[in-house]
Amino acid sequence: MKAINLLKIAWKALQRNRLRAFLTMLGIIIGVASVIAMLAIGEGSKQSIRNQISSMGSNMLFVQPGSDNRGGVRQDFSQSQTLTLADYKALKEKNTTLTDISPQVNGSGQVIFANNNWPTSIHGVNPEYLNIRKLSVKDGSMFTDHDVLAATKVVVIGQTVVENIFKNGEDPIGKTIRFNKIPFKVIGVLAEKGQNTFGQDQDDIMLAPYTTVQKRIQAATYLQSISASAKSENIAAQASEEMSSILRASHKLKSGDENDFHVRSQEELISTFSATSEILTVLLVAIASISLVIGGIGIMNIMYVSVTERTREIGLRMAVGGRGRDILLQFLVEAILISVTGGIIGVALGIGSTLLVASVMSWPTIITMQSLVISFTVCAITGIFFGWYPARKAASLDPIVALRYE
Amino acid sequence: MKKNIIKIENLKREFVMGNETVRALKGISFSVEEGEFVTIMGTSGSGKSTLLNILGCLDKPTVGSYEIDNVPVSNLSKNELAHLRNEKIGFIFQSYNLLPRTTALENVELPLMYNASVSSRERRERALEALRLVGLSKRIHHTPNQLSGGQQQRVAIARALVNNPVLILADEATGNLDTRTSYEIMALFQELNAKGKTIAFVTHEPDIALFSRRTIVLRDGHITKDYPVENIADAALALAQLPKEEELEANS
Repeated sequence: MKAINLLKIAWKALQRNRLRAFLTMLGIIIGVASVIAMLAIGEGSKQSIRNQISSMGSNMLFVQPGSDNRGGVRQDFSQSQTLTLADYKALKEKNTTLTDISPQVNGSGQVIFANNNWPTSIHGVNPEYLNIRKLSVKDGSMFTDHDVLAATKVVVIGQTVVENIFKNGEDPIGKTIRFNKIPFKVIGVLAEKGQNTFGQDQDDIMLAPYTTVQKRIQAATYLQSISASAKSENIAAQASEEMSSILRASHKLKSGDENDFHVRSQEELISTFSATSEILTVLLVAIASISLVIGGIGIMNIMYVSVTERTREIGLRMAVGGRGRDILLQFLVEAILISVTGGIIGVALGIGSTLLVASVMSWPTIITMQSLVISFTVCAITGIFFGWYPARKAASLDPIVALRYE
Repeated sequence: MKKNIIKIENLKREFVMGNETVRALKGISFSVEEGEFVTIMGTSGSGKSTLLNILGCLDKPTVGSYEIDNVPVSNLSKNELAHLRNEKIGFIFQSYNLLPRTTALENVELPLMYNASVSSRERRERALEALRLVGLSKRIHHTPNQLSGGQQQRVAIARALVNNPVLILADEATGNLDTRTSYEIMALFQELNAKGKTIAFVTHEPDIALFSRRTIVLRDGHITKDYPVENIADAALALAQLPKEEELEANS
């Protein structure tokens, strides 16, 4: 039998029972639509996390001190003082993969101007830190390498700090503020960055030369961390390796020794957070897939009913020349038509509801071609899988018995 | 000599049911020539239905041979039998077996759907021609539930004619119809036979047999009688002679 006739016959058979065909489709429609919507929402949230982390500098790497081992007693890494300026210098001189590198010493305390005060933290860094963290100075200027060498008491402050201590709208540039009683001259204001993914206010900071912070605030020579940026995102992993080996050499670690530092990249962070949302997506899709399977069972059920109900029709078709194969294909095509039509409507509904969610709830959503293709293919396969047994049953009927079936 | 459409020789059909063997046909032989109008009569249990299935290539003999249009069917596969049915046989059933919610035209087109060599245009033309032959040109877009019993059977006859079969096989074709409509249908059969169609009509009603040219009587799996009908009744005439009030009833 010609394929076109097969399609015609199957289509007409469905036309004879439009409401039933539609209700059967409904399971598939809902299944496909929910799979697509869930994937779009999952993909959207994954992408938004990735974007936010990338906005902090996707090629950023930072080194933290690792666990120290003093006479067999392992220390909490925040206590350890294994990172030093010597490490920073070693990294700066020997690296081949980094564009910018900056040591970092942190201090926290109260910043005071006139009769306003505000708790914040100060980062002692070098000028390259701006590039690493993708920060920029809005007003005034950044301090220079000369300021670092001379350990001058200058700061560049974030917007939150400005708002909290310059309440009368004074121009902060040139003003002298006090941080833990030490006077600093404000020479620049950072452009606003807002909150990061983890809810931290990225504008609640002050940047000062690391030498100043070491000498005036911490009175210590070790570093809290070293920040760096790789030449490109692609070589971040390679850069991380290189930094490890430079630091191992600088710390004179033997080949069996554990690292006493950690090199972390933003990629790691991204994958950690992506993994979380990945699990969520998998869960959502699993739930949605169940409805797709139920839709498939619905098709199977209806096809069985249909075969029983149309036994005489099958007998007649066989009598006028339909072969077993023709009957099998007819019922299979009917099942596939139901599932594919349901799939098309489902895809449309899925896209529609995704757009609705995106506009009404302003959730980030991304509909990938992949998700459309996968869910559509799955539902076509569902049709074949669940349509096969009823179709087999129809094809194996004996025309003599089928013609006299009551 | 005219060619044989049906040629049966020493045909037996046995069914194994559990430990028992049911012998439905116990060795029958007969031939039907082109252009004949045969009635096969018999009570239930006579083997009539079994014979009908074999004649219709739905079933094969256990022993003996059956040739339709000089094609022996004994060694054919299921698919080859289906092909043979599609090309050589037109079935008409007691309960019409039309597809519900499907127009008369589409119902008549059905056998040609299973014939890949017929284009959709030719299919339509042949279906229209067949419907014209049975006098339903004005009802081609009606579905079975919009047609009377007699009209439905006419659609079924058109469907049986559409593939130009060598044999029209009718199974109690008037069984569900009142007398008047039965006569109408028989008149149509006589008309078709006059145009050269070979018809085998299976029934248990003796008065229907009077409209055919030859009667074969089956009993307990054997042919007990096989005789030409003398004084063939004219169905059109019989129809004209029916009382008027019945006509009113039949049309109501």
